[in-house]
Amino acid sequence: MILRGIAAEFAKSRIALAGLALIALILFVALFAPLISPQNPYDLAQLDLLDSRLPPGSHSTAGGTFWLGTDDQGRDMLSAIFYGLRTSLAVGVASTVFALAIGVSLGLAAAWFGGWVDALIARLADLQLSFPSILIALVLLAVLGQGIEKIIVALVAVQWAYYARTARAAALVERRKEYIEAATALALSNTRILFRHLLPNCLPPIIVIAAVQIAAAITLEATLSFLGLGLPVTEPSLGLLISNGFTYLLSGHYWISVFPGIALLLAVVSINLVADQLRDVLDPQGRR
Amino acid sequence: MRRLLPVLLAACSLWTLAANGTELRIGMAADVTSMDPHFLNIAPNTNISWHVFDALTHVDEDARLIPGLALSWRAVNATTWEFKLRRGVKFHDGSEFTAEDAVFSIERTLKVQNGQFQIYAQRIVGKQIVDKYTLRLRTATPDAMVPYDLDSVFIVSKKAAANAGSADFDSGKAMIGTGPFRFVRFARGDRVELARNDDYWDGKPAWDKVVFRIVPTDPARLAGLLSGELDAIEQIPTADLPRIRRDPGLATAQKVSWRTIFFHLDQYRDRPPSLTDHSGRPLERNPFRDIRVRQAISKSINRQAIVDRLMDGAALPASNLVSPPVFGHAPDLKPEPYDPEGARKLLAEAGFPNGFAMTLAAPNNRYVNDDQIAQAVAQMLAHIGIRARVELLPMNAYLPKARKREFAFAMLGWGSFSGDLALRSLVATANPAQGFGAWNWSGYANARVDELLEHGFATVDAKQREAIARDAMRMAMRDYAVIPLHHQFATWAMKKSLSYKPRTDEFTFAHHFRPQ
Amino acid sequence: MFAYIVRRLLQSTVVLAVMSLAVFAGVYAIGNPVDILINPQAGQQEIARATAALGLDKPLAEQYFVFLRHAAAGDLGNSFAFNVPAIGLILERMPATLELATAAMLIAMILGIPLGLWAGLKPGSAAGKSIMAGSILGFSLPTFWVGLMLIMVFSVYFGWLPSAGRGPTANFLGMQLSFLSLEGWRHLILPAANLALFNLSLIVRLARAGTREAMRQDYVRFARAKGLTEIHVVGVHVLKNVLIPIVTVMGLEFGSVIAFAVVTESIFAWPGMGKLLLDSINLLDRPVIVAYLCIVVTLFVLINFAVDVICSWLDPRMRLVDSQA
Repeated sequence: MILRGIAAEFAKSRIALAGLALIALILFVALFAPLISPQNPYDLAQLDLLDSRLPPGSHSTAGGTFWLGTDDQGRDMLSAIFYGLRTSLAVGVASTVFALAIGVSLGLAAAWFGGWVDALIARLADLQLSFPSILIALVLLAVLGQGIEKIIVALVAVQWAYYARTARAAALVERRKEYIEAATALALSNTRILFRHLLPNCLPPIIVIAAVQIAAAITLEATLSFLGLGLPVTEPSLGLLISNGFTYLLSGHYWISVFPGIALLLAVVSINLVADQLRDVLDPQGRR
Repeated sequence: MRRLLPVLLAACSLWTLAANGTELRIGMAADVTSMDPHFLNIAPNTNISWHVFDALTHVDEDARLIPGLALSWRAVNATTWEFKLRRGVKFHDGSEFTAEDAVFSIERTLKVQNGQFQIYAQRIVGKQIVDKYTLRLRTATPDAMVPYDLDSVFIVSKKAAANAGSADFDSGKAMIGTGPFRFVRFARGDRVELARNDDYWDGKPAWDKVVFRIVPTDPARLAGLLSGELDAIEQIPTADLPRIRRDPGLATAQKVSWRTIFFHLDQYRDRPPSLTDHSGRPLERNPFRDIRVRQAISKSINRQAIVDRLMDGAALPASNLVSPPVFGHAPDLKPEPYDPEGARKLLAEAGFPNGFAMTLAAPNNRYVNDDQIAQAVAQMLAHIGIRARVELLPMNAYLPKARKREFAFAMLGWGSFSGDLALRSLVATANPAQGFGAWNWSGYANARVDELLEHGFATVDAKQREAIARDAMRMAMRDYAVIPLHHQFATWAMKKSLSYKPRTDEFTFAHHFRPQ
Repeated sequence: MFAYIVRRLLQSTVVLAVMSLAVFAGVYAIGNPVDILINPQAGQQEIARATAALGLDKPLAEQYFVFLRHAAAGDLGNSFAFNVPAIGLILERMPATLELATAAMLIAMILGIPLGLWAGLKPGSAAGKSIMAGSILGFSLPTFWVGLMLIMVFSVYFGWLPSAGRGPTANFLGMQLSFLSLEGWRHLILPAANLALFNLSLIVRLARAGTREAMRQDYVRFARAKGLTEIHVVGVHVLKNVLIPIVTVMGLEFGSVIAFAVVTESIFAWPGMGKLLLDSINLLDRPVIVAYLCIVVTLFVLINFAVDVICSWLDPRMRLVDSQA
C-alpha cells in the first residue's frame, strides 16, 4: 500500500520516469554486455592492431562494422563502452552496498548504545566528512595500487560516513518513539530491535543518500581512473577510455574520448534524476 | 618633427624586433626539479644545465664525443688522461675559466647530498693541475670511459659555487656557467627563463631571451604551439604527428633517439614467476632457456605494425641495443622478420606446441606509448598461443618490483652513449663491484660477452674499442639475450619560421634552433 | 570558546599523526624512491648508497620517529626529487591553487546566485525548469570530462583560449598571481570555469531553495503588502535569507575545491599544489606527500573554524559547540 503510494508519487515526474527507463536500459546493457557486444574487448586474442583508431562506421579486417569506431588497440568502442558500463556500475553498486552495510550498522549502533561508542563513531564520521572524498581516495589508492577491489575499498572508505551519519540521525529520532520502547519492554535482543524495528523506519533517508552516492561513486571511480590510479588499462572502465582518448583529442580522433564520456554522463544523470525525485517523495525535509 | 619621424619609426620597428623576433618559447615535456647541475641526473634538469653550463667534453647530434671546454685529450699512460682546456673562456660573471674550476666541479659532483653524478667522477683517483689550461686525471685501473664520463660533469664557477647548496642554484646565486645562456629565473613547475651569453665561445645563439615552459600534459603542449603561445615543443605525441605534418604553419624535426625499447626474459631461474600452462599449472621447465622459444617470441612480433599503427612511423624496428648513429651499433644485424608461422613451428619444436601462459609487465608512464606497445605485443603473442596477462604499472611501482625480479617478461627502455655501455648494464653477468649487469633482469650470463666487454673498456683506442663493442653486440643479439622492439624517434615541432638540428640524445637545445 | 579551539586543535593533531603514519607506511610498502630517481646507469652500490643517504635503509619505525622529531620542530623534511624543504615547495605552489580556487568560487557565486533566485521566483516557468535541469547536469558531469570538452571546444575548435599552463604572473601582496594581466585571465578562465561547475550547481540549488522559502515568509508578504517594488523585496529581503546558507556552504566547500583542483590542475597543466601532489605520488616523494596532507589538513581546520565563527556572528542562535545530538 505504502509502496504503491510512493510509486504514484514518484511517477508524477516525467523526467524521473525517463531517468528510470534509462537506468533500466543501462542495467540491461551492463548485465548482458558479453551477449550483446560485437566483441570481447578484454580478450587480446580478439583484437587486431591493424584495426586501430578507425573512425565510427568503419569496417574491420574481419568484416564487421565498428559503429562507434575503435581505440588505439583496435578495440571496438561500442563493446568497450558496454563492458566499461558494466565495470563502472559494478564498482558503483558494490562500493555502495559495502559502504551502506558498514555505515548503517555503525550509525545504528552509535544511536542505540550512545556513550563512548556514539562519541567515537560520530567523531570519526565527522572527521571523515570534513575531508574531500577525492583526497582520501587519491592517497589510499596511491598506497594500495591498482585493481578493482582496491578501488572499491577506497570508495567504501570515503562513503561509509554519509550512511553512518544519516542512519544515526534517523535512529536517534526513532528511538524515542513508542514502538521501540515497547520492543525494549518486551526484552527483545538488541540486534533484533536494531535490524527488525529500528532499521526499516530509518530507511527512507538512507535510500535517498544511497541513490546519490551510487552516482558519486561512479564519477569518482572514473576520475581516479582518469588520473591513472584506478583500474588496469587492459580492462578499461569508462574513465580509462576517456583518459586514453585524451591523447588523441587534438588529432581529431574525438570518438575515443567523447562516446565513453556520453555513456558515463547518461548513467550518472539518470541516477541523479531518479535520486532527486526519490528525495522529494521519501524525504521531503531533506530537500535543499 | 618631419625629420624625427623616420627615426622614430625605425626605432619602433627595431623595438618590435627586439620584443618578438628574438625571443624563443619552448614547451618542455617533463618537470625540471632543480637547477643544481650536480644533483639529479634526469633529462629535464640536465637539459637546462646544458644551456647555462658546459662540460669538458660534449656529444654531437649523433651522440659522438666532441670537444667542449676541453680542446683535446689523450691518454698519457694506461691510467692517466690529459685534457688541454680552451683558453679565454669567460664565465657569465666575467671571470676566466681555468683548470681550478674543472677540479672544483669534479669534486663537487661527489659532495652534493643525494647527488646522482658521482658515478661519473668516482673512478678518478688523482687530479693534477699541470698549468692553468692543462689537467691530468688518474684512474686506479685502465679506463677508456673517462672522456665520456666527463660529458656528464658540468663545470661550475669555483668562485660562485663554493659552498653553494641546491637552493643557491635555484635562486640563481650560484648559476654562473660558461654556457650559451645566462640564467634569469626559475619558477618551479612553471618555467625557466634564460638570456643570451654574448661571449659564448661556440658562437652567439640566435635568441636574446629563451623561456622554457614546463607543460607535461601532451595535448596541452601541442595546444600551446597551435595557439602561438609557444614557438617550439619537444616530445610530440605520436598520434598528433600526421596532423602536425599537415599544418602549413608548422615544421617538425625528427631523429632516431638513442632509446631502445626491448623485453627482458628470465633465463636464470628454473621456474620463473607467472609461467604456467594454459590450465594454470606451473611449467616443468623454463621455456626461455630454450633459444628456439626466445626466437619464436621475437618472430611473433610484428615490429613494423607497431611502428606504423602505434607509433605513427616515429620509431625504427630494432635489431641492436643501441640505435644506428650510436657508437658500437652493429649495422649487419637486421630486425627479426615477422613470421608467426615460423614462430609456431619453433615453439612446437621446443616442446610447447600449444604455447603457455605468462605475465607481461611494462611501465605505463615512461616510454612513448609504452602501455599500448605492451598490449599490442600481448596481442601478437596470443596469436601464436602464448597467453600473456598484461601488468602495467606506473614507473614508481614497476621498477622496485622488476628489481626484485618479480617479472619473468618485462619491458625496459634504454639510452646509452655506446653499445658496450648498454651491454654492460643490460646483459653482462651481474657483478656489483664492477657495475656490470646492474639491469640484467634476464639473468643472461655469457662469459664470452663479459670478456669482450672488459677488454673493450680497457682499450683506449676508439676504433678498436668500437670493433670489440660490435662483436659483443652481435654475440648477445644472436643469442636472443633480450628481445628488441624498436628505437624511438625523438620529434620536435615548431613554427614554420624555425628550424632545429634534432639530437639522438633527445635534448632540446635553444641554441640549436635557428630562424630560417 | 577557548575550550572549543583547544579541542579542535587536539583533534587536528591526532588526524595529522594518523594520516602521516598511514602515508609513511603506505609509501614504504610501494617501493624505494631511489629506484626511480637514480640514474639508470648506476650500479647496486650507488643505489645502496643513495638509499642510505636518504635514511631509507632504516626500519620504518625509526624513519617515522625521526620524521616526528623533525616535524615537531617544523621541518617536514627535504623533497627527494627537488632537494629543497617540502613545505617550501608546497607554499611556493599554493598561490596558484588558491588563485584558481578563488576564481572558481567567484564564478560560481556570480552566476549561481542570480540563476538560483530566478529559478526560485519562477519555479514553474521554462527558464526555472531549465535552470534546475542544468544544475542536475552540472552535478552529474564528471569534472575531468568537462575539462576535456572545454579544451576541445574553446582551444582546439575555436582557438580562443589557451588550454594549458598559467599566464605571466606578477607580484601581488608577496604572491605570484596571474589575474593582473589579460593574458593571465585568458589562461585562468577555462580551468576556473571547469572547477566552478560543481559549486555553481550547488549554489543554484541553495539559492532556489532559500528563495522559495523566503517567498513564503510573512516578512516578505508584509513587504509586498507595503507596496515595495519587487526588485526591493528580492534584492533586500529575499537575498538576505538566501545568503546565509550560501556563505556557510561555500566556506566549507572551499576546502573541497582546493582538493578537486588536483583534477583540474592535471588537465590544464596548472602549476598548483594539486599537480605537485600527483607528481609526488608518481615519484614516491614521501616528504612532499606528507607535507601536502599536513598543510591541507591545517587549511581545512582553519576554514572550518572561520566558517563557524562567521556563522555564529551571522546567526547568534548558533553557538560554538561541537555538534551534539
